[in-house]
Amino acid sequence: MPKVKIPRKSTSVDMTAMTDVAFLLLTFFMLATQFKPEEPVTINAPSSVAEVPLPDKDMMTITISNDGRVFFEIQEQQYKAALIKNVGKIHNITFTPEEVKTFTLMSSFGVPLNQLKSLLAVSTTERSKFIQTGIPSDSLNNELADWIWQSRLINNKVRVAIKGDQDANFPVVKQVIATLQDKNVNRFNFITNLSTETVENK
Amino acid sequence: MAEIEGGGGGHHKKGGKPHGKKLSTRVDFTPMVDLGFLLITFFMLTTSMNKPKTMEINMPVKKDINIEEITKVKASQAITLLLAENDKIVYYYINEKTGEPETPVITNFSKSGIRETLLSRNKELLDRANHNNYDSIPILKEMFRLNQIPKQEMIDRIFAIKSNPSALIVVIKADDKAKYKNLVDILDEMLICNIGRYAIVDITPIEQELIKTAMAVKP
Repeated sequence: MPKVKIPRKSTSVDMTAMTDVAFLLLTFFMLATQFKPEEPVTINAPSSVAEVPLPDKDMMTITISNDGRVFFEIQEQQYKAALIKNVGKIHNITFTPEEVKTFTLMSSFGVPLNQLKSLLAVSTTERSKFIQTGIPSDSLNNELADWIWQSRLINNKVRVAIKGDQDANFPVVKQVIATLQDKNVNRFNFITNLSTETVENK
Repeated sequence: MAEIEGGGGGHHKKGGKPHGKKLSTRVDFTPMVDLGFLLITFFMLTTSMNKPKTMEINMPVKKDINIEEITKVKASQAITLLLAENDKIVYYYINEKTGEPETPVITNFSKSGIRETLLSRNKELLDRANHNNYDSIPILKEMFRLNQIPKQEMIDRIFAIKSNPSALIVVIKADDKAKYKNLVDILDEMLICNIGRYAIVDITPIEQELIKTAMAVKP
């Protein structure tokens, strides 16, 4: 009886389909990704059961770090140039066009106005090393109030979000809230992480 | 794995003329797939899918604040929560007859702590006023989910329950030693316990003393 020969099959697999899938997924993730802007401090937000998502536009974010420094950011780039010029005008500081441009590209910042020029002077890569002392928000020198007020004048739809670290001390939070109330912002959002705990049906 | 198919080179027969061998048009895709998956991994790890959530706070317009009046009028309905250090809460009621604060109690943020207190007190008040629909919020939400009631009706009915005139009124006062987390946690409890009427008020020196004495009695 002749031996039954098993034909040797090639081990190479057609990769085309796999490539298709891989690149489809790649395209999806590339489009879905929005890179987080580099933040001067890492915030460990408290968790809550609130399920309202944060709106995408017209937001100004006031960040409170765990050591009580206050940072400020508005999202829309087109308003930033007008904002820095107007706030500078109040404090008699004029910014050069380059500084204004750097400011529009910058995300959150937390320096008093007199240090803002030196912050804008450092390059993007060096910025994380710049020690930001926080925006003054006490009653003696409330620059935060100016930033809030001018942002609202430029864009009246802007909403306020407070992004506090869970270990931030309450007096700082109280100060920020008082500043907001002083500027007639009585409705604002606390940014939280979604907690795994569910609302009890009791 | 990464073999090159059909690629000639170095395999000609000895002495034979290298006559036009038909090259395969198949290309090995393995490195491309490798690259694809590498990039996918990178983007998957950098993408944050879940957007941050927010909690909306409405503060009263500054000139309208008259919390003293509110607490006086509704003394029987009010509970004052003092957020103290180390994640502790000191709460007290105001005695209806004397108008003086009753003995403060220390509790914490756990399930059996402040939540139990708020839920049972709210139930007690609503039972007394014969509004016993306080626990129907989850039912309404479920009915909306099953398309039994329109969304507006659900919102209206939940609003009616939350703004019930005989429900519990919570006055939140945070001590200077409290953390931001405590504030968010207590606002969370308001949401969980379906309390519609609460206010964040500045703490008074008397209440700071109250925390101290309460802590001294039972640390």
